[in-house]
Amino acid sequence: MDSAITNTEHAIHAEHEHASLPQHRHHFETEEQQREVGTFGMWLFLLTEIMFFGGLFFAYLLYRNWYYPAFAVASNQLSVPLGAFNTVMLISSGFCMAVGVWAAEVRKKNLLVLMLILTTFFGLVFIGVKGVEYHEKYENHHIPGADFSVAQFVNPAAYGIKEQPLSPDMAQHTEIYFFLYFAMTGMHAVHMIIGIVLLFWLIRRANRGDFSSGYVAPIENFGLYWHFVDIVWLFLFPLLYLINRHPLH
Amino acid sequence: MSTANSQSAPISHTILSLPDQSTARMPKRSYLNNEDGLLSWLLTGDHKRIAILYLISITFFFFIGGAFAGLIRLELLTPQPDLVSADTYNKFFTMHGIIMVFLFLVPSVPATLGNFLIPIMLGAKDLAFPKINLLSWYLYLIGGTLTLAALVLGGVDTGWTFTTPLSTHYLNTHVLTAATAIFIAGFSSIFTGLNFIVTIHRMRCPGMTWFRMPLFVWSHYAASLLMVLGTPVLAIALVLVALERIAGIGVFDPAKGGDPLLFQHLFWFYSHPAVYIMILPGMGVISEVISTFSRKRVFGYTAVAFSSVAIALFGFFVWEHHMFIMGVSNYSALVFSLLTMLVAVPSAIKIFNWTFTLQKGSITFETPMLYAFGFMGLFTIGGLTGVFLGSLGMDIHLTETYFIVAHFHFVMVGGMLMAFLAGVHFWWPKMTGRMYPESLSKLAAVTTFIGFNLTFLPQFILGYLGMPRRYHAYPPEFQVLNVLSTAGATVLGIGYMLPLLYLGWSLKYGAIAGNNPWQATGLEWQIQSPPITPNFIETPIMDHEAYDYEWLANQTKHEVTTVG
Amino acid sequence: MDRFISPVLWQFLTKWLHASALFPAEASGISPYVDALYFFLLLMTIIGTTLVAVLLLTFCLRYRREKNPVATQVEGSTLLEATWTIIPLAIFLLVFVWGALLYFRIYDPPTNAMNIYIVGKQWMWKAEHPGGQHEINALHVPTGRPVQLTMISQDVFHSFSIPDFRVKREVIPGRYSTVWFEATEPGTYHLFCTQYCGTLHSMMIGEVTVLTPDDYKKWLDQSNSGMSLAQNGERLFASMGCNACHSGNAAARGPNLAGVYGSKLILTDGSERLVDDAYLRDAILNPSQHVTAGYAPIMPTYQGQISEDGLIDLVEYIKGLQNNYRVQQTLMTSQSDQAAPTTPTAATNETGKP
Repeated sequence: MDSAITNTEHAIHAEHEHASLPQHRHHFETEEQQREVGTFGMWLFLLTEIMFFGGLFFAYLLYRNWYYPAFAVASNQLSVPLGAFNTVMLISSGFCMAVGVWAAEVRKKNLLVLMLILTTFFGLVFIGVKGVEYHEKYENHHIPGADFSVAQFVNPAAYGIKEQPLSPDMAQHTEIYFFLYFAMTGMHAVHMIIGIVLLFWLIRRANRGDFSSGYVAPIENFGLYWHFVDIVWLFLFPLLYLINRHPLH
Repeated sequence: MSTANSQSAPISHTILSLPDQSTARMPKRSYLNNEDGLLSWLLTGDHKRIAILYLISITFFFFIGGAFAGLIRLELLTPQPDLVSADTYNKFFTMHGIIMVFLFLVPSVPATLGNFLIPIMLGAKDLAFPKINLLSWYLYLIGGTLTLAALVLGGVDTGWTFTTPLSTHYLNTHVLTAATAIFIAGFSSIFTGLNFIVTIHRMRCPGMTWFRMPLFVWSHYAASLLMVLGTPVLAIALVLVALERIAGIGVFDPAKGGDPLLFQHLFWFYSHPAVYIMILPGMGVISEVISTFSRKRVFGYTAVAFSSVAIALFGFFVWEHHMFIMGVSNYSALVFSLLTMLVAVPSAIKIFNWTFTLQKGSITFETPMLYAFGFMGLFTIGGLTGVFLGSLGMDIHLTETYFIVAHFHFVMVGGMLMAFLAGVHFWWPKMTGRMYPESLSKLAAVTTFIGFNLTFLPQFILGYLGMPRRYHAYPPEFQVLNVLSTAGATVLGIGYMLPLLYLGWSLKYGAIAGNNPWQATGLEWQIQSPPITPNFIETPIMDHEAYDYEWLANQTKHEVTTVG
Repeated sequence: MDRFISPVLWQFLTKWLHASALFPAEASGISPYVDALYFFLLLMTIIGTTLVAVLLLTFCLRYRREKNPVATQVEGSTLLEATWTIIPLAIFLLVFVWGALLYFRIYDPPTNAMNIYIVGKQWMWKAEHPGGQHEINALHVPTGRPVQLTMISQDVFHSFSIPDFRVKREVIPGRYSTVWFEATEPGTYHLFCTQYCGTLHSMMIGEVTVLTPDDYKKWLDQSNSGMSLAQNGERLFASMGCNACHSGNAAARGPNLAGVYGSKLILTDGSERLVDDAYLRDAILNPSQHVTAGYAPIMPTYQGQISEDGLIDLVEYIKGLQNNYRVQQTLMTSQSDQAAPTTPTAATNETGKP
């Protein structure tokens, strides 16, 4: 949520470190202290994010345990190809980000800029695919709320869906599954969007050469953040998309 | 410290040591006048200025929350619901709770005293992330403004606990606004805690090992762990309430398969550690005050330091004790009751350690010390009544009654608020360069103590009698005790108004304090009052233990040269 | 309680304080036990606070600056730390065990308890006796008999509290919660809702009237408003079509419900469940998760079609169902799509009425 500001502040502060405002330089004894502090702060922030997502994972644990049939059937409505594609996109973007961090450390400006651009590109593709998926949910009346319909789960044959029909009371619980789907992937998407905004800003600064002269903290710390967002998805994908899939049947 | 000699000057009953007032001047430059103009304050990165900004805003919200308390007690003078309508009354206690918990108690000591003192106590020039510190204040302000907006737009009546499904399906007041306000204020708390943890880990001056840090810092470290790990769960609980209200997703709706008890778990997972977030910094203040006014190192420093961390750790595992009667499994109740008993022990350890700090000390009774004594007595009662509530069979009768109200007001007001006032008085000379008027402040402290007991002791009796919480009207036989309570509240209110008045007065007319009016150890007392912006002229080297009064006695130069 | 402390002291503590409006009445079997724990805790608090206060006062007097100008630095004492860790811990653990025993006693009803249903809704309490007596914001109970309250909310969280009985339990939407007590003293006592539930939370109060067994019987007779809960449940069982599948026939589509209450069922997923009130209610609302082994999951859900009162009636009915004779009678009369037989038979002579 506020990682944008966190990172902005991290980076602004750090920038002033090397720019002209003397008082900000003074509160750190050494540059090494500043760098350590920045990384420590980012790890701590990521810990708070784990606790934040943790609440949703707990709710998932509870309701999946109670309403497994509903979760399984509802999960089958998700597109595994799209989800897998998205997973590849994110892993690719993570890889590019890691190469970018290395590029900053060895002061290869053009490589760094390229990697940041690729990271952004993969991230944007991910968001785009998510948009497609969300739209499909909207059309199928799978968005929880007033518009939600269990028709496809009670009578799948009528919609050409090869699934066991659920009894109405169990079908009602698919709304809980979809709520968790939207809440968890939605939170994740919000974090990705914040990250992409930050990436634009980082690309601009990297292009100016800010990060290719030994000052790499913003790139490193953003890399930490981006990898965290990546890892959250790696949990979300199997938990949401892969319940009770039998690809060989 | 000269030895007693009945032939020479009698021993002063105070350790206050002010410079000669006829020649003393306020230092020419300090963090207060380093830069001029409103913007220099509103865009500052200086932890001391941010602390002052917090102090002003927290005081503002405290009095609003206090006004609601006054209105509640006014209504409860009579058994009939004759002052305001039921809905209005419900909004009173909701606003009182939300403002006092989230906008006062949680940030009070950490954001004011913690922000001001932690870098100085560690020998650092500032916190690790000054801009995030400022951001934290703005988030607090936004949260506070949104709360006021909810109030002005018509109020919220969910209770500060936002119990579902009441808050999600059965109320049409400004629940979303209030939930958003708290969500944002929560991030203020997270960033403060994050800042403290990183600073304490990474920015201690040379020689400042963990066990040479003042206990004030240890308490804030423990509280920061709770802030950082617990508050995000509150955030997600509020997000779910908002989603449920907006979209009717069913996560807490039994008709759709949701479980309202899930909200309780998520909410209390934060809100129990929250009470330790509130009290631990106050305990840190008490350590500093008792040590200074006994001229002694805190008894069992290591025990006190570890018990702070123990409280934080155990504090995460007791949340279900707020839900004992809510149909949770009997066996889970057993586990949480046992853990609740365990978490009570470190607090007991601290009380005894502070008590024994007094033994063989040289004790004086300035205002901060009076507040500290008040804390010790009232927190003991409050904490022990917590043991009543942690005991399963006892909790059945006592929960959801005025016993709970009395319990948490004892620990929060009798404990935490007294500690806050102790701290504000103790470090007032450091933050402002001025002394507060001692006689008046002693009067305020005693008034507060008397008013407090009169307000809340009857509530224990009311609780056992069965009077429920959040009741607008009550059976007539409860009236006498309620009247006593309201009378006490009036006295208490006066006790809180006084510091506002005389502390304000002291800014212009108070005695010049000098660098170390209390002759205390601690790095903050070795620098100028008020401090210069970078705190130290050169980085200090910590070459002695905390609370080293022998070191202090050997110092020939107690005062760092003031910047001319 | 007289065994452990002086009877005079106990009288003072309970009866006299009660007369001074400082203490609730002891009106249930468990009240004295709760009070005993309370007095122990009070004693612990008084002793603890006094100890701290006395130490504080003594040290302040003895070591005030005028008397002790130079402080002696003391690092600490492991022995003292151990002492004031272990002793409080021991006391707290004692309190834990005592409280836990009480808790289990209050929340585990005896098997011979008579059952009364409580439905809480904004902002009133409905008490439903098995015999069909309905009360609003009131509860009549006899002395000398364990009474179990099976409670549910129709909307938000409420909490049913009878301070003089020392019992209280949250009343939750979506599932039953229970509490039990045995009233010992005839009289009237407060009933409160103690969980904030909205506007008229403070008005959701009532009166518990405890009568001697004879008076209670008289009250039952005079307040009988017609059908008992079970009778109402039987009516619902037929009108909602439950009898069509749960007819008790060998080839019936639904399992036989006669005698099912209290038994252990094996479900289709292999799990074993005890059939209690909560199970029955849940099975009606979420049948797909309560399919008895050997049956198809075809039962429709009644979520949203039946009120909590109706559910209570059905649960009460099924609890008492011993055979399917009347089920089958009602079945025949409710199958109106069959052509009426020309000669009267034994079946059509039954009207299915009680």
